[in-house]
Amino acid sequence: MKSVIFRTVAPFLTSLMTLFSIFVLLRGHNEPGGGFIGGLIAVSALAIYGIAHGVETVRRAIYFHPMAIAGAGLLAATVAGLISLFAHVPFMTGLWIYPSLFGVEIPLSTVMLFDTGVYLVVVGAISSVALSLEERGGE
Amino acid sequence: MDVAALTFLALGLPFVAALVAPVLTRFLGHNAAWLLALAPAAIFVHFLGFVPEIADGEIVTGGYAWIPSFNVSFSWLIDGLSLTFALLISGIGALIVLYSGGYLKGHPHQGRFLSFILMFMGSMQGLVLSDSFLMLFVFWELTSITSFLLIGFDHGREAARRAALQALVVTGGGGLLLLAGLLILWNVSGITQFSLLLSFGAELKESPFYLAVLLLVLGGAFTKSAQFPFHFWLPNAMEAPTPVSAYLHSATMVKAGVYLLMRLNPVLGGTPEWQILLPLFGVATLVSGAALAVRQTDLKLMLAYTTMASLGLLVLLTGVGSPHAVEAAALYLVAHALFKGALFMVAGIIDHETGSRDLTKLGGLRSAMPLTFVIALAGALSMAGLPPFFGFLAKEEIYGALSGFDPRSMAFAALTVVGNALMFAVAFAVALRPFLGPKVETPRQAHEAPVLLWLGPAILALKGLSIALMSGLAHRLISSPMSSAIAGGPRTVTISLVPHIGMPLLLSAATVLVGVVFYLNLDRLRAGMAVVLADIGWGPDRGFDQFIRGLLRIAVAITRRVQSGKLDVYMTAVFVLVAAVLLATPVLYGELPRAPFFAADVPAHELAIMAIAVAGLVAVVLAADRLTAIVSLGIQGFAVAVIFLLYGAPDLSFTQFMIETLSVVVLALVMTRLRLSPSDHRPLHQKVPDSMIALACGLGFGLFLLRATGMPFDATLTDFYNLYSKSIAHGANVVNVIIVDFRGTDTLGEIAVVMTTGLAILSLVRLRAGSLKRGTDERQDAEERA
Repeated sequence: MKSVIFRTVAPFLTSLMTLFSIFVLLRGHNEPGGGFIGGLIAVSALAIYGIAHGVETVRRAIYFHPMAIAGAGLLAATVAGLISLFAHVPFMTGLWIYPSLFGVEIPLSTVMLFDTGVYLVVVGAISSVALSLEERGGE
Repeated sequence: MDVAALTFLALGLPFVAALVAPVLTRFLGHNAAWLLALAPAAIFVHFLGFVPEIADGEIVTGGYAWIPSFNVSFSWLIDGLSLTFALLISGIGALIVLYSGGYLKGHPHQGRFLSFILMFMGSMQGLVLSDSFLMLFVFWELTSITSFLLIGFDHGREAARRAALQALVVTGGGGLLLLAGLLILWNVSGITQFSLLLSFGAELKESPFYLAVLLLVLGGAFTKSAQFPFHFWLPNAMEAPTPVSAYLHSATMVKAGVYLLMRLNPVLGGTPEWQILLPLFGVATLVSGAALAVRQTDLKLMLAYTTMASLGLLVLLTGVGSPHAVEAAALYLVAHALFKGALFMVAGIIDHETGSRDLTKLGGLRSAMPLTFVIALAGALSMAGLPPFFGFLAKEEIYGALSGFDPRSMAFAALTVVGNALMFAVAFAVALRPFLGPKVETPRQAHEAPVLLWLGPAILALKGLSIALMSGLAHRLISSPMSSAIAGGPRTVTISLVPHIGMPLLLSAATVLVGVVFYLNLDRLRAGMAVVLADIGWGPDRGFDQFIRGLLRIAVAITRRVQSGKLDVYMTAVFVLVAAVLLATPVLYGELPRAPFFAADVPAHELAIMAIAVAGLVAVVLAADRLTAIVSLGIQGFAVAVIFLLYGAPDLSFTQFMIETLSVVVLALVMTRLRLSPSDHRPLHQKVPDSMIALACGLGFGLFLLRATGMPFDATLTDFYNLYSKSIAHGANVVNVIIVDFRGTDTLGEIAVVMTTGLAILSLVRLRAGSLKRGTDERQDAEERA
C-alpha cells in the first residue's frame, strides 16, 4: 500500500492489537472475551500489517509457519484435555492450581491452556489462508 | 501367565513380528528369516500344548469383552477343527518364513515381503480361531487385504496388479456377502459366537431365513475357496512370489471357505439344500480344475488348478456330510496342505535354480538337484494317493464315503475318479518331467538349492510320510477331534495303511490305472483341452474384466450427470434444497408460526440500527460491482453485531464484529486473487430465478426463526450454567466457560475442523497458484517457439 500514514501507523496498530488480543484471551474466563475472539483480533492485526508492508514481512515477523502455529494450538488443546486423565478424572476436566508469585496469587488451569490452544488454532489457520491469498493478490 | 493371556499374545505375535521384520531384514539380510520364524514356531508350540486336551474331547474358549453393549467380544474357540488349522498355519508359516528368506535373498524389499507374510499369518490365524462372528469377519477381510498386498508384491508388473485387484474384488466381495449372512444368523438366533451357536440346535434349519443365510455364507465361502465359477482369481494369483502361492493359495487362505463350511456344518448342514448345492459346486470345481490343470505347462499354474480341484473335492465331501465324508474331508485337508505346500515350494526351487518353470523347457535335473527330486517325488506320491503316504489314507476314506450303489453316489464316485486321475497325472508330470529324461539347457545353471529353500518342503514331505506310518496316533490327536468338530458329535477315524479289500480299494486301483493312462498321454490331453477351451472362448476371467469395465462406464456416466463441475449448478442445487426443506416442512406438518407480535414502543436507536441493516442489504442488491457488494454486506453484519450487543450478548457481538471484518478482507482478497470480473454479468433470465431462490431461502429462514422463538423458553440449561459456572468452573463469563469447559470436547472437535479447513483452503490456493504458474510457463514456451 502506498499511503505513508498507513505504513507508519500499521506496526504500532498491529502491536497494540496483538497485545489487546492476548488481553482479551486472558480475561475471557470472567469478562467478555476468550480464545476465539482473541484469535480473530490477532488475525486482523496481522492482516493490517500484511496490507501495509506485504506478506513477506508478516511471515518473517511471526517466524513460524502459520499452520505450525495452528498445529501447536491443537496440540496444546489436546494436551490440556489429556492432563486430566493423568489426574484420574474424566477427559477434559478443568484442573486449577494457585501458585503465588511475589505474593500475588495467580490462578492457572488446564482450561487456560485449552483456551490458548483455541487462540493459536484460530490465529494460525485463518492467517495462513489470508496470507496465502494476499501473497498473490498484490501482483 | 495364564493360558488366555498367552493365547491372546499368540494371536497378536505375528503382527508384532510383522512390525519388526523390515528393521531386522535391514540389519541381518536374508538371515533375519531364521529369527522371524521363531514367532510362528512359538505359536505352533503354544497350540501344540492344547492337543492332549482337545483329543480328550474338550473345547477351549476364552476372550475379552470388546463392545459389550453390542454383545461383541474378542474371543476364541479352540476345538479339533480350529486347532488343526492353527497348527497348520503356524507350522507351515514357520517353514514359509524360512523359505522366503532363501527365495527372496537379496531382494530389495525382502523385509516388506516378510512383513506381509507375517501379517497374513496373523489374520489367517485369527480367522480360524475366532469365536465371535464379527471377529471372524474382520480377520476374513484382513486375509483378503494381506493377500492383495502379497499378490501385488511385484507391483511393477501389470499382470501382478491386475491379479491382486481381481483377488481383492472377488474375495472381498464374498466377504461382504458373508457379513450379511452372519448378521442374519445373529438376528435369527440372537447369538454372536460360534461356540454358543453349535448348541443352538435345529431351529435355524427351520427358520424362514435359512436359505438366505445359506446362500450368503456360500457366497463368502465359494469366492474365498475358489469354487467354480469364482475360481478364476486363484490361477491369476500365481503372479505372487512362490512362497505366497505355497502358503496362501494352497495351504491356508483358500481353505478359509472350506473352514467356514466345516465350522457351520453342524448348524447349517444336513438339509436338502446343503446336500445339493455343495456337492454340485464341489464336483464341478473338481472336474473343471483338474481338466484345466492338464492344459497348463507352467508348474505353478498346474499346481494352482489342482488346488482348485482339491478345494472342490473338500466342498463336495463337506456337502455329502456322511460320517465317512466328514472324516475324509478332515484327512484330505491336512494331507493336501502338506503335499501341495511341498510341491509348490519345489516348483519355486526349480524356478529359482534354473530360471524357468515351464514343463516343456525343463528336463534331466535329477543329477543336479537330487534332494529336490526326492522331495518332489514324496509330494507327488502323496498327491497321487499312493501308499505309504498320507494322501493314500485320505483317498481311501474319500472313496469309502462315496461308494454306494444309488445313482447319485455312483455319479459322484465316477466324477471323483476322473478328477483324481487327472490330478494323479499332473502330480507326476510336476514331479517327474523336470527331473527325468535328457538334460535340457536352462536359463540358469541348475544346482541344488540352499538349506533355507529345501528345509520347508522336506519337512512337509516327511510329515506326509510319518503321519501315514503312525496313523493311529495322528488320528487320535488330530483327525478324530477335527472330524468330531466338523460333524458336531464324537467321531473316531480308524483308517490305516493296511489295505482293506472292497469298493474303496477298487476305486483307488481304477484311479491309478486311469491316471497312468492320462500321464502317458498328457501331451495329447493338453492339446485336446486347448482346442476345447479355444472353442468355448469366453471364460469368467474375461467376464471379470468386462464386469469391471462396465462398472467403470456406469460410474463415469453417473458422475458426469451428477457432477457438472460448475459452481453455480452446485450452489443452485444446495439452495433450492434448503428452501424446499424450510418451506415444505412447516406447511406439511401444520407448524407455520403465528403472526409476530410487534411491540409498540421500540426505542428509536434500535429502529435506526435495523434501518442500517436493511440499508446495507439494499446496497448489496443495487451495488454496481462485486467489491461494493461485499463491503455493503459488511454493513448489515455490523448492524446485527450491534443488535447482539444491545440484547446482552457481548461475546457474540465481539465475535460477529471480528468475523465481519475478516470476511470482508478475505472476500476482497479472493476477488482480486481469482481475478473475477468486477461486475455481475448474469443475464436477466438467470437473475430472476436466482433471486426467487434467494427470496425463498430468506422467507424460509424467517418463518423458521419466528416459529422457534415463538416456543415457550425453557430456562433449565440457562439456570444450570448460571448456577454452576462460577462454583464448578471458576469462571464468571458463562459463554466462555461453556466453550472451554462444560462443552470443551466439542470445542476441541471444532478447532480441529478449523485447522483442517485451513489446510484444505491452503492446498486449494497452492493448487491454483501452481496451475497459473504452469499456464504462464507454457505460454512463454509457446512464445519462444514462435
